[in-house]
Amino acid sequence: MEGPLALVVGILIATGVYLMLARNLLHYLFGLILISNAANLAIFVAGRVTRAAPPLIPQGMEVAPEPIANPLPQALILTAIVIGFGLLAFALALITQAYKVLGTLDVDTMRIAEPVPPKREQSS
Amino acid sequence: MSWLLALPFLIPILTALAAFPARARKLLCGFISVFGCALLLTTTIVILVLVETGGTRAAQMGDWAAPFGITLVADRLSAIMLVISGIVGFCVSLFSLSDIRKYRVKLGFHSFFQLLLAGVCGSFITGDLFNLYVWFEVMLIASFALLVLGGDRIQLDGGIKYVALNLVSTLLMLTSIGMTYGLTGTLNMAQLHISLAAVDNPTAVSALAVLFICAFGIKAAIFPLFFWLPASYHTPPVTVTAVFAGLLTKVGVYTLIRTFTLIFPSELQFPHTILLGTALLTMLTGVLGAAAHYEFRKILAFHIISQIGFLVLGLALNSPLALAGAVFYMIHNIVAKTNLFLISGTAKRLTGSFELSEIGGLYRASPLLSFFFFIAAFSLAGFPPLSGFWAKLLLVKASLDQAAYFVVAVALITGILTLFSMSKIWAEAFLKDHPKDYCQSLQDIPRYERYERLLPVAFLALITLVLGLIPGPLIDYSLAAAGELLKPGEYIEAVLGLDIQYVGNR
Amino acid sequence: MNSLILQTATRVLVALILVFSIYMLLRGHNYPGGGFIAGLIAASAFVLFAMAWGMEAAQSALKIPPSNLAAFGVFIAAISGMLALFSGEAPFSGQWLQVTGDKNSGGLTLSNVLIFDIGVYLAVLGAVLTLIFALEEPG
Repeated sequence: MEGPLALVVGILIATGVYLMLARNLLHYLFGLILISNAANLAIFVAGRVTRAAPPLIPQGMEVAPEPIANPLPQALILTAIVIGFGLLAFALALITQAYKVLGTLDVDTMRIAEPVPPKREQSS
Repeated sequence: MSWLLALPFLIPILTALAAFPARARKLLCGFISVFGCALLLTTTIVILVLVETGGTRAAQMGDWAAPFGITLVADRLSAIMLVISGIVGFCVSLFSLSDIRKYRVKLGFHSFFQLLLAGVCGSFITGDLFNLYVWFEVMLIASFALLVLGGDRIQLDGGIKYVALNLVSTLLMLTSIGMTYGLTGTLNMAQLHISLAAVDNPTAVSALAVLFICAFGIKAAIFPLFFWLPASYHTPPVTVTAVFAGLLTKVGVYTLIRTFTLIFPSELQFPHTILLGTALLTMLTGVLGAAAHYEFRKILAFHIISQIGFLVLGLALNSPLALAGAVFYMIHNIVAKTNLFLISGTAKRLTGSFELSEIGGLYRASPLLSFFFFIAAFSLAGFPPLSGFWAKLLLVKASLDQAAYFVVAVALITGILTLFSMSKIWAEAFLKDHPKDYCQSLQDIPRYERYERLLPVAFLALITLVLGLIPGPLIDYSLAAAGELLKPGEYIEAVLGLDIQYVGNR
Repeated sequence: MNSLILQTATRVLVALILVFSIYMLLRGHNYPGGGFIAGLIAASAFVLFAMAWGMEAAQSALKIPPSNLAAFGVFIAAISGMLALFSGEAPFSGQWLQVTGDKNSGGLTLSNVLIFDIGVYLAVLGAVLTLIFALEEPG
């Protein structure tokens, strides 16, 4: 199962990088979302995909009676999803605000912070 | 003990929560923030003293034994970084009282500032890779908010670039953490030192090392990943820039040092080779960028990059002396850099602009400010007997020991160019007359504001001066810290409670 | 959106969704669910309300500013982690209060985990609503 999932991770990252190369900030954000999902999936695959029982120990027992799934990657992914959700929501709000204030989503035209230096006059 | 190690992030978080309901009242909110920072500074000093007398301390959160739970570790490097964060936090929060306008306070400036400190301190004290990621995100969210708070056009523009590139770094870090877990099955840094050395897959380990260099390299702003820094650092209020300049990039360098001394086996040499090349290029490009600019804060922003080169150089040379140099340099640099940004803020207050061509006359108007600038700037350039001189001396000595003469050459060229751009600021902003003859003196601004602006600057300048005149204790401390980094036996024992015989390559 | 059907249905649905979110919050203790997902569900109730009746109505229905709600949530979560201070254990240790029965036969227990989850619930609800209201603000 790891093989196909690894392939999916690869495809997600490739698509994400392609989108992020666009000048449009929204495309960039979509690329970011894809890569963020790819990273989560990568952690999931890194925890080994096995068919096993949920990681719960029945009452009164010290260890689980049968092989259980690895709960740690899921806890990590859950944390990463929550954090990623916050970051992406913030990025979306920022991009919306930038569009309202600056009137563009084209990063090539966003030069307020780093203005193009005026061309020196040619001395004859 | 475990509570003491949790305090460096609990105090700022609680301060942030206390300052939030008070945000409509500027003065009260500011005092809560300053008080929280004072508390933080005291705590970090206690931790430093404990570590210095009793060795590395570790604490398990929620009583989950390592390597399964989250571990907090304070060794010498962590402890000194915590203290310096406390100092920067205290000085900057004091400065912010007069520099941050009311509407920004109302939007929650002090809460985000404290959250940023929580993220920074958490990153310094955690001993778990995933927890480090979480603290990075806390720091990142807070820095995003601080950067665009107020929403000026220029802030949004700079903020977009900062957010865009730092999110990429976040994702790279997350991916590399996933890969680490896949290879070793653990994310505890001390356990990783043992587990990763046992992984028999050099290709995967090398790929992982490169991923980590990229992820932390963006945070640390090393060549060629630094473009977010000069695009954004001059846009927010100068208080924000000062704390960013002092702490954020240094957290990146700190994690690089941790990663390549503790996590990766020391036999792995090629990351250090890569880092050596990037360090030299970072030093040169940063200082050349600074030489080309004529805006106070842009010059300083490019200097951050060039100084990061020196810090990474210490790691790349990977000898006890070089690492000690990096630690010393980090302390010196955080103090001097924060101070320079704070001074630039006061200079703008007095003269009305950051553009060097539009200002001047500061030396005549306020000799005291000029004196502080002189100390900070020429310490940065490496003038004896200021602190920067000893920092550079340690690194140059370490390169000479390894017969890396080109490194020495690059370091000296960088030093000269740093001196050039610092004297450019000196000549333009301080010596030259103000073109419109507008320069106010410190006497012209209200008394409380004068104290709020000058006290932090004076305090930081005093640290620079003391480090320069009596460098011995800190050099000894840095050497001890470097020794711990290169032989992490004590760290691992403190975390895992096992006594492994450490056989390093040196 | 000025739709009579949506507005009428919303009155019932919002109440139902909010109750369901609290159910999810409490269920999260032993089964799938929990503070984060419950907070999102509760936020969706307010979003639905805003779609039917407009942003201002949703804001006034919430009574307090969402950012305060988020800060309060984080505060509760932080406090729950510090409850271990009273029992002298490490920070963020689980604290259990036996209300009925004894430890081995079950019975009702209260834990700081639940308090933490309530904090997460409020924090997520507040943070999501802050962002959504900010997105809707006219530039």
